[in-house]
Amino acid sequence: MKYILYRYKFVLLLILINACLYIISPESGIKSIHGTTQNLKEMMFIMPPIFILMGLLDVWIDKKTMTKFMGEHAGMRGVITALFIGSVAAGPGYMAFPFTEVLMKKNAAFTNILIFVGAWSATKIPISLFEASVMGWPFMILRYILDIPAIIIIAKITDILLSKHEKIQLYQARKKEI
Amino acid sequence: MMTIIFYAAVFFLILWSAHKSMSKTKQALLKSWNSFKNMLPLFLAIVFIVGIILSFLTPETIALLLGGDSNWYSIVLAAIIGSCTIIPGFVTFPLAHTLLENGAGFFQITVFISTSVMVGVLTMPIEIQYFGKKAAYIRNMSAIFFSFLIACIMEALLK
Repeated sequence: MKYILYRYKFVLLLILINACLYIISPESGIKSIHGTTQNLKEMMFIMPPIFILMGLLDVWIDKKTMTKFMGEHAGMRGVITALFIGSVAAGPGYMAFPFTEVLMKKNAAFTNILIFVGAWSATKIPISLFEASVMGWPFMILRYILDIPAIIIIAKITDILLSKHEKIQLYQARKKEI
Repeated sequence: MMTIIFYAAVFFLILWSAHKSMSKTKQALLKSWNSFKNMLPLFLAIVFIVGIILSFLTPETIALLLGGDSNWYSIVLAAIIGSCTIIPGFVTFPLAHTLLENGAGFFQITVFISTSVMVGVLTMPIEIQYFGKKAAYIRNMSAIFFSFLIACIMEALLK
């Protein structure tokens, strides 16, 4: 019980803040609770399949396959695989991160993991069809033409600025968990 | 709709996995459960923070803040709002479109869209959990820089 309280201390604190907000300004408080429940519903709906998929990938995909497609020496194939799986995936941007756990465990290159995360939020094909209908095709296509190189360059910059040692530590931290 | 397809796909994967090996499937589901349990407090906290922030930063407020001409002040504001909100794409784009129709500057709206899809300040705690502080800071800072660059190019080409 104490352990659970400790783990959820931030959540409890935020509920408290929300309650204070309600007392100070009932209108904002209600809006906040309303928004939170809506997001909560969305999150709870999308979380189970993502985590199950992660578990399945963890068990069934062997390191060799992952190294071939997304490893240090996968080259262009790694970049394209990362862009592809990021772009077709469903779910809000922050859901990309739990996924990176299994990528790290299977020794995907850090650059490719970063490209995957970038693509997950910036070049979402299902949402972009909608984007094109609202903002127009030229806008969407030009954004893709610019965003894809930007995602790759951001990934490269981050990868270069991290030392080998720091990356090894990150990967090890992931692998320690069950 | 996408989510339902996703559920169906994952369901068939579980069946396929169970068919191949029951023990491996059990192991997979146990792993899923463990990482879910590990991450849940953080995800819940983020959802609550987003709820509190969005109660102030409603689409109407964003429209009010970004609705004017492009000046340095509204551009910086666009970058801050874009970086700090987690708005789903099907809200961002119509909002951007409406703002443009009502006379907002193209440049700041492009900055807003770019930062909202590439930068995630509120989700940084999750990112740090997986990538560490250094990688998360570098990634988000360079994403802000590139958002401005992309907005400049789009402004030059589309306007």
